[in-house]
Amino acid sequence: MNKNLFLFLLLFALAGAFALCDYTQCIDPYVAQIIMYIGINIILTASLNLVNGYMGEFSVGHAAFMGIGAYAASYVSLSVLPPSPLFFPLSLLFGGICAGAVGLLVSIPAFKARDDYLAIITLALLMIVKSLFENIPFFGGPQGMSGIHKYTNLTGVFVCTVVTIVVLKNIIAGNFGRGIIAVRDDEIAANLVSVNTKHVKILAFVVSSFFAGIAGGLFAHLIQFINPRTFSLVKSTDILLMLYLGGTASLTGSILGAAIWTVLLELLRFLGIWRFVVAPVALILLMIYRPSGIMGGKEWRFLFGKKAD
Amino acid sequence: MFYQQALNALQLGSIYALIALGYTMVYGVLRLINFAHGDIFMIGSYLALFLASYFHLPFPIIVIVTFAAIALLGVTIERLAYKPLRHAPRVSVVITALAVGIFLETLTLATIGPQPRKFPELIPMHRWTWGVFSASNIQIIIISLSIVLMACLEFFIAKTRTGMAMRALSWDKTYAPLLGINTDRIVSYTFAIGTGLASVAGIFVGLAYPIIDPYMGIMVGWKAFVSAVVGGIGSIKGAVAGGFILGIVEITSAALLPSSYKDMIVFGLLLTILLFKPSGLFGMPLQKKV
Repeated sequence: MNKNLFLFLLLFALAGAFALCDYTQCIDPYVAQIIMYIGINIILTASLNLVNGYMGEFSVGHAAFMGIGAYAASYVSLSVLPPSPLFFPLSLLFGGICAGAVGLLVSIPAFKARDDYLAIITLALLMIVKSLFENIPFFGGPQGMSGIHKYTNLTGVFVCTVVTIVVLKNIIAGNFGRGIIAVRDDEIAANLVSVNTKHVKILAFVVSSFFAGIAGGLFAHLIQFINPRTFSLVKSTDILLMLYLGGTASLTGSILGAAIWTVLLELLRFLGIWRFVVAPVALILLMIYRPSGIMGGKEWRFLFGKKAD
Repeated sequence: MFYQQALNALQLGSIYALIALGYTMVYGVLRLINFAHGDIFMIGSYLALFLASYFHLPFPIIVIVTFAAIALLGVTIERLAYKPLRHAPRVSVVITALAVGIFLETLTLATIGPQPRKFPELIPMHRWTWGVFSASNIQIIIISLSIVLMACLEFFIAKTRTGMAMRALSWDKTYAPLLGINTDRIVSYTFAIGTGLASVAGIFVGLAYPIIDPYMGIMVGWKAFVSAVVGGIGSIKGAVAGGFILGIVEITSAALLPSSYKDMIVFGLLLTILLFKPSGLFGMPLQKKV
């Protein structure tokens, strides 16, 4: 109990520190931007972890949910709500809900398909969503949306990241989480011990895509313009790389993977275009010599208490 | 006009089919979706471009040299990146395949540059017209050569000992080695043939749509992958049928609708087919063991 109180105070203090930084602008904008990218990437990676790691599926469509969240949130904050940062949480929420609704659609074919075929279905979803953004004038066509207000700040990203991690941790530790892990280990056996695999899959997909949508909203209000190409397969691959770098079925892994990958790409900036050549080679070596990633099913007990898996 | 579009569809379809064969063969033997396949196709196209512009080789030599070099590249990639993971969880292999694809793309980008390049005219263009029917020699070459290659492949798989070993390995991975089949050797053959066929498709794309760039492998690769899945991944017949179906669908939709809709239609078709025939047109239903 004491440790929980300590963690709570620590997070509260960190949130206060970030709020102070936002208020006084004391951090270099470049550094602040990288910190915000790390937060957004943590949300994306941890939420994908629920489906790809804990449930053992292979979804490659996470960028589509992020894109839906980004477009929905930007549309609401540009055209519906009054232009004030006070209403930003509402538009974020709307983006998350839209992404979650599409996640519900994807969970239906996931009742039957698994493995390669589910990967193909999510891939098709990604391509169709991107193509819709490109072809419907309402979404701005290939140019996308611009002039989005810069509402995303350190505090906002931090709060969203912490909420994501806490919600995911509680889901995984709870009844539904046991069900999700049971589906991964053996779906038929899970059914036999009265896990409602359909409910479990719906929940995993909806929660995962909801948070991807939130991350998309944050991302759109950070870089202030979005176009369909931002949410392509390359983005999905990025998220997959962070997830498998950190290790599946581990929230600590998602946090570390997202942070290390984001910082590494910035540190390698001096290599120019060659950093994108070095990065996949590093990933191949990682897969050969440490296929479970950095954490791989383990957690830091300090942050997450007893082993969740 | 109709014949014109029909020929275009056959031409595009045979290109998709040649690439789809590589996906489906590798999947049959290793149960691996080789996400790097589209990028190997792109490398093949670039190699042909350099052979043509620096060495001025004639077309048949270019096809043979490209086929051989890219087959070697495919085997090398398999040995370096996939073979150490033969007994790893499947998802590690899939991630590795994605990474290999990105590596090939970015390497091309870093060494050759992002600007699109004009593919040299390997064969002087001719157009024959008989009444309403008109065809260019390039279309005839692409379609007929593809059909010849597919027939050779069918013969190879059905009649030779190596082909029989491939079929055995895709039938049962555990027991085939017990009958004296050398898994590593057969996997190498599979990669060599699959990537070689993709490189020929790369030359064909250069002939038919003569602008190539480092990103061309992504979309063409994914569409060939869709063809393999529509036909039933793991089935050779299916890959060929899927390639031609996709070519026809894409050309028809481009003729009737704004061309930016064609990706949506292709992937919508994929979803529809998977909904009604989850293992594709010719695929074997997956057996679930309890």
